[in-house]
Amino acid sequence: MKALARLWRRLPGTAKAGVIMLGVFLLIAIIGPEVTPYNPSVTTPLQAAGPSGAHLFGTTQTGQDVLSQFLIGVRLTLELAFWVGLIATALAVIVGVTAAYAGGIVDEFLSLLTNVFLVIPALPLLIVLLGFLNGTSAGQGQLPVIFVLSILGWPWGARVIRAQALSIRSRDFIAATRETGERSWRIIGWDVVPNMISLIAASFVNTVLYAVGASVALAFIGLTDPNQWSLGTMLYWAQLGNALQIGAWWWYVPPGLAVALLGTALVLLNTGIDELSNPRLRDARSATKISNRRVWPTDPTPVLGALNGHRGLSGLARSFSRKSLIDEAAVSAGNAEEAGELR
Amino acid sequence: MQFILRRLAFYLVAAWVAITLNFFIPRAMPGSAVDAVLAKFPQLLPPARKALEATLGTGNQGSVWSQYLTYLNHVFHLDFGASLSNYPTPVTTIVANGLYWTIGLVGVATVIAFVVGTGLGILAGWRAGGRLDRSLPGMMFLQATPYFFLALLLIQVFGITLHVFPVAGAYDGINYTPGWTWPYIANVADHAFLPALTIVVTSVAGWMLQMRNVMVTTVGEDYVVAAQAKGLSDRRVVFTYAARNALLPQLQGFGLAIGFVISGALVMEIVFSYPGIGYLLLNAAASKDTPLMQAIFLLITVAVLAANLLVDIVIVFIDPRVRTREANG
Repeated sequence: MKALARLWRRLPGTAKAGVIMLGVFLLIAIIGPEVTPYNPSVTTPLQAAGPSGAHLFGTTQTGQDVLSQFLIGVRLTLELAFWVGLIATALAVIVGVTAAYAGGIVDEFLSLLTNVFLVIPALPLLIVLLGFLNGTSAGQGQLPVIFVLSILGWPWGARVIRAQALSIRSRDFIAATRETGERSWRIIGWDVVPNMISLIAASFVNTVLYAVGASVALAFIGLTDPNQWSLGTMLYWAQLGNALQIGAWWWYVPPGLAVALLGTALVLLNTGIDELSNPRLRDARSATKISNRRVWPTDPTPVLGALNGHRGLSGLARSFSRKSLIDEAAVSAGNAEEAGELR
Repeated sequence: MQFILRRLAFYLVAAWVAITLNFFIPRAMPGSAVDAVLAKFPQLLPPARKALEATLGTGNQGSVWSQYLTYLNHVFHLDFGASLSNYPTPVTTIVANGLYWTIGLVGVATVIAFVVGTGLGILAGWRAGGRLDRSLPGMMFLQATPYFFLALLLIQVFGITLHVFPVAGAYDGINYTPGWTWPYIANVADHAFLPALTIVVTSVAGWMLQMRNVMVTTVGEDYVVAAQAKGLSDRRVVFTYAARNALLPQLQGFGLAIGFVISGALVMEIVFSYPGIGYLLLNAAASKDTPLMQAIFLLITVAVLAANLLVDIVIVFIDPRVRTREANG
């Protein structure tokens, strides 16, 4: 709990906003389906009515309650994105770490596979895959979408994780562990993977973001099961029911806005993770706030020196002296910048 | 040179994987793909069924291997057969028609978004923490907004409420005939405005964010400090020293985006019923027009791969660091 509180304090403000927004969505996803005022699929004679006390978000062209659809839609969309994020990130870790650890021909092959899937455009391939599945018995429910999004969502993460695993593998402490006769799978599970948690987290958030965007787009164009109330299918039915032409904005604005906000929350969270692990990206204002000294955001941080540590003592000393030199140059750059601003 | 050849080999492998996927996907699907497709097109004649069985690999067609060879042969001759939804128009004709619209619309919009976004990114990165830089979370919201949702809003406001812009199609086919006449061109531009605006607004933030991040790191480099210490004007330092070097990753991204122009803003095109490649692909998928679907997927893949290769080659020419790594490695 204490560690969490410390982590929270270190998060940049934008990332905090992202976490809070995400929390709201999670809350809706958890309790939303339990408190739906109506059955989302039941049609009533009250057609395309605007928001009112009885129907807070209004009704659709067939008289269905938009709020009920929305509450269930947030759950389904998040659920799908979560599973895709989990499966695809797991695949990415397995492929990335295996490639880095096995080396040789296995690495060559896995890297080639990763890069090939990275350059083949995903969305058209998704459309082709779902185009075949759609309308068949295998195309029902969320599972097919989760499946195809997962098998196309791992390459980016795998590439980043492989690079990181390669660098961790060459550290001294791994060599030391190997000397003590530890088995490979234990080294991977207890030493390599825990050292990449922030990278894996970033990769997970990225994959969730991709899954939200892709699944909503695919649902919107009618390639997923239209009887499931997700945010995407809501937009699909709104488009089909001419929500625009009849001016029923309450029908398509809630799901669309929810997707946009969800995406923003995830992007904010990810830049937060990014800035946490790469202080170079932090902006000048928060940097000056952290210490009383005028610190330029592009300062090489001690993290860099620590990373170079495995080169041995002389390497450390060298990187340290180099760092202080750059530090001074950077501070003078900061002053020059300040002077420029004053002018 | 060796580097370029290696990349070329890699893209050839990628293209082969895509072509092979295209071959196996319909075969791996549950149920009879042919029956599912034909259920959608009751008007199709028996020859179409034969042709479809050949492409989808059902019926008595010999071994999978010989089917695969036949398929490869067809792909190399760009022979994708006849479209099912527009039987018997050849797929290639339909694709060629869609290509004009997509390249015109998405191409122009991509270039505009790139130029505007990069410019804003340079400014935001130069004054890190400044007013423009603090607008970034808002920019992220624009970036996270789904293309098609923004499109819906624009249609509602400008098309339906204000009646300023047309909301569907690429031109008014009733009052105008295609040709190089002013009224026609103006009409096309009128129809392209809202779709283009959608693309620019949603993709400008991505360019800006990337450029800003690289710019922030570049501004702290020693040579930029040196340039400032020499007393060069801000404008000179920003554009000829900092931005010039920060632009490299940006150019790489631009090359890739150009490759993705062909795939269009897939979903955006269907909202505006814009007759480009994306619209064709979606309709093909919705109506299970398999030959058209496969041809478009391959076209998009080849475009993306070609753009990637082009970027690799250009980077070798403009970035001396890649060249030296070449010579050493």
